[in-house]
Amino acid sequence: MAAFGTLSDRLAETFRNLRTRGKLSAADVDGTVREIRRALLDADVALDVVKSFTGRVRERALGDEVSKALNPAQQVVQIVNEELVTILGGQSRRLQFAKTPPTVIMLAGLQGAGKTTLAGKLAKHLKSEGHTPLLVAADLQRPNAVNQLQVVGEQAGATVFAPEPGNGVGDPVRVAKDAIKYARDRVHDVVIVDTAGRLGIDAELMKQASNIRKAVDPDEVLFVIDAMIGQDAVATAKAFQEGVDFTGVVLSKLDGDARGGAALSVASVTGRPILFASTGESLDDFEPFHPDRMASRILDLGDILTLIEQAQKAFDEDEAKKVAEKFATDTFTLEDFLAQMQQLKNMGSIKGMLGMLPGAKGMREQLDNFDEREITRTEAIIQSMTPQERRTPKLLNGSRRLRIARGAGTTVTEVNALVNRFEQAAKMMKTVAKGGVPQVPGMGPIPGAGYAGKPKQQQAKKKSRSGNPAKRAAENAALAAGKPAGGSSGGGSGFGLGAAGAQNATPSEEELSALQRFLGR
Amino acid sequence: MAERSWSLGGALRGMFARQTIDETTWEDLEDAMIGADFGPDLTDAVVAELREKVARYRTDDPADLRRMLRETLEERLARLDPTLRLTARPAVVLVVGVNGVGKTTTIGKFAKFVTGYGRSVVVGAADTFRAAAVEQLATWAERGGAAIVRPQQQGQDPASVAFQTVERAMREGIDIAIIDTAGRLQTKSGLMDELGKIRRVIEKQTEIAEVLLVLDATTGQNGLAQAEAFIEHAGVTGLVLTKLDGSAKGGFVLAVQEKTGIPIKLVGQGEGIGDLTGFTPHVFVQQLVG
Repeated sequence: MAAFGTLSDRLAETFRNLRTRGKLSAADVDGTVREIRRALLDADVALDVVKSFTGRVRERALGDEVSKALNPAQQVVQIVNEELVTILGGQSRRLQFAKTPPTVIMLAGLQGAGKTTLAGKLAKHLKSEGHTPLLVAADLQRPNAVNQLQVVGEQAGATVFAPEPGNGVGDPVRVAKDAIKYARDRVHDVVIVDTAGRLGIDAELMKQASNIRKAVDPDEVLFVIDAMIGQDAVATAKAFQEGVDFTGVVLSKLDGDARGGAALSVASVTGRPILFASTGESLDDFEPFHPDRMASRILDLGDILTLIEQAQKAFDEDEAKKVAEKFATDTFTLEDFLAQMQQLKNMGSIKGMLGMLPGAKGMREQLDNFDEREITRTEAIIQSMTPQERRTPKLLNGSRRLRIARGAGTTVTEVNALVNRFEQAAKMMKTVAKGGVPQVPGMGPIPGAGYAGKPKQQQAKKKSRSGNPAKRAAENAALAAGKPAGGSSGGGSGFGLGAAGAQNATPSEEELSALQRFLGR
Repeated sequence: MAERSWSLGGALRGMFARQTIDETTWEDLEDAMIGADFGPDLTDAVVAELREKVARYRTDDPADLRRMLRETLEERLARLDPTLRLTARPAVVLVVGVNGVGKTTTIGKFAKFVTGYGRSVVVGAADTFRAAAVEQLATWAERGGAAIVRPQQQGQDPASVAFQTVERAMREGIDIAIIDTAGRLQTKSGLMDELGKIRRVIEKQTEIAEVLLVLDATTGQNGLAQAEAFIEHAGVTGLVLTKLDGSAKGGFVLAVQEKTGIPIKLVGQGEGIGDLTGFTPHVFVQQLVG
């Protein structure tokens, strides 16, 4: 949890005293390994897994690669990261489809792991890929699970096969069996069997699950597990592996703040890959699992890659070039400002994105205070202007401002503030575009700006120039939080690490500058 | 009861079978506690405390250590009063928690629990979000012998359902009103604010007697983050620990109780309607340590 600081911070602390000596002794490494152990336990990684894991890390940390490294702390965290990614399965695997349809996918897991919701998400996902999934209600245990699946199926636009009413009535094995026949008759190419939640130690229900498995002979058996699960993950995963021998794992409720050490435990104990991550209550909150990102999450290093990906998705390269040019030539108008803001909104929740920055979990409070509607309000003000006014803000005299304020349902003060901010921002952008370092009035010293020339400019570029104070504060705070970690000389790093840890997935210069530009809005 | 599958017994048996207390004993104890989700901090604290006790009493008999462990845990768990306060009429109980911890099931069992004492109960289906949650609650209410207030339409404001439930309890002189809420992850601040609203709306009519936070025993160290967020937004007054019939031991609740000062009040141990009991530290520790 964030309360203990990130692992990289803690390791940096451990290593602080070692700097001058330059070489690591076995005792130093032991101290480090203890920190790693604690961090992993705090992330709910199972104890056995932690033990064997720290053993391996210790061995490697004593080797040459660390003692010769310039920054041992970073090197150690990188080793940890690599080892994590290895256990988590190297790269993401896709669903295996049957040669002759229907492909049968069976879901199993504890009560409340999120199977029924996942069934809907999977159905929607498969449907979007051109399949014709059939949802099978084989959870006849929990009151109204059948009903829930029907509703979820309707939302996903998938057919639901529910011959039994549920609530303890009916035989799930039979239902599952009939479903295959039904699917064949109606030409559904994928069958998703939702089963009842069961405990690993409930022999009777495990037997039932295994019977369902035998009856339908699934191509994939997905074990759905809650990302918040603790040490019990191992016992449960083993029980399910023995009971239904799952072929893949789905991690649910990853949108919470659990560090999800369970993923590591399950992958390490069962050797089964994690296929998907379920990240929210909407049926679209479903994505393939990325081991490297999960590793960063377990270590609380932030999820830069997802952030970049999201930014790129919403980010129009050409548009950005145009804007940059406009800055340089001083033709940046309120219209462009509005367009940018709308583009930003397309990327989804700003809070969510800020939360992906390394160390950002520590600033949840600031994130919470950040009001997304602030953007909408600014939008309203700009939209209440005439096109001419938007292009030449100099036109805005007192009476025009009053009219705009009325139109946007706000006060003249707000309008004034917006215009001022815009002018400042435009001026600043112009300086940056020409390669200078802008002076930001009233913002105080830029955190970390004491560095020599080179990082300084980068920092200035990254500084939020957002049109609204709340966002600006939040973004700057995020940068301030992320920056010391990413700074060239700052000990264990977040940015640096994420990049160093996953060699192949290292964000390129281009991606990073895209990110910076995005953050610079 | 000694061989409850969620007991630490298995992990501790080897350790207590030895003749004397040595370093392996301490390691085993630490492993067992971490394995039970007590978390590294609390484990360190308890182990340090026990080491000190063992040194003070100059004992090297594992049986003494076992007794001390039991006493230590019991003492820590018993620091807070686990009594439910349902004396107000109507006594409004708000049930909150993250997704899939067993809120609705707990309400069903809780309704049965209090109707067993001759109290009349109405449940409010303020989980208007999840598909079929209302029906699930209705089934449980029927089994528990409670009346139910349903939302008039899909997606109705949960606060209004809560309001209607309390209103009905007051109108019909029903003793206890239990309100089910939709599961929400503690990181969704919008949804957490909604809980605040439900609270405010209920408080316009009457005091809220208890706000119960349902925690899943399989949860790990994230349980603490959950508790802290729900305490801040919903003013939790008691914890309910569910799914103790599995292999998880739910050790994190001790950390939650200690860090937040909110007592564990109820314990759920199965899918049967009678599987909910009041929390007694002695019994809990007995089952845990054996």
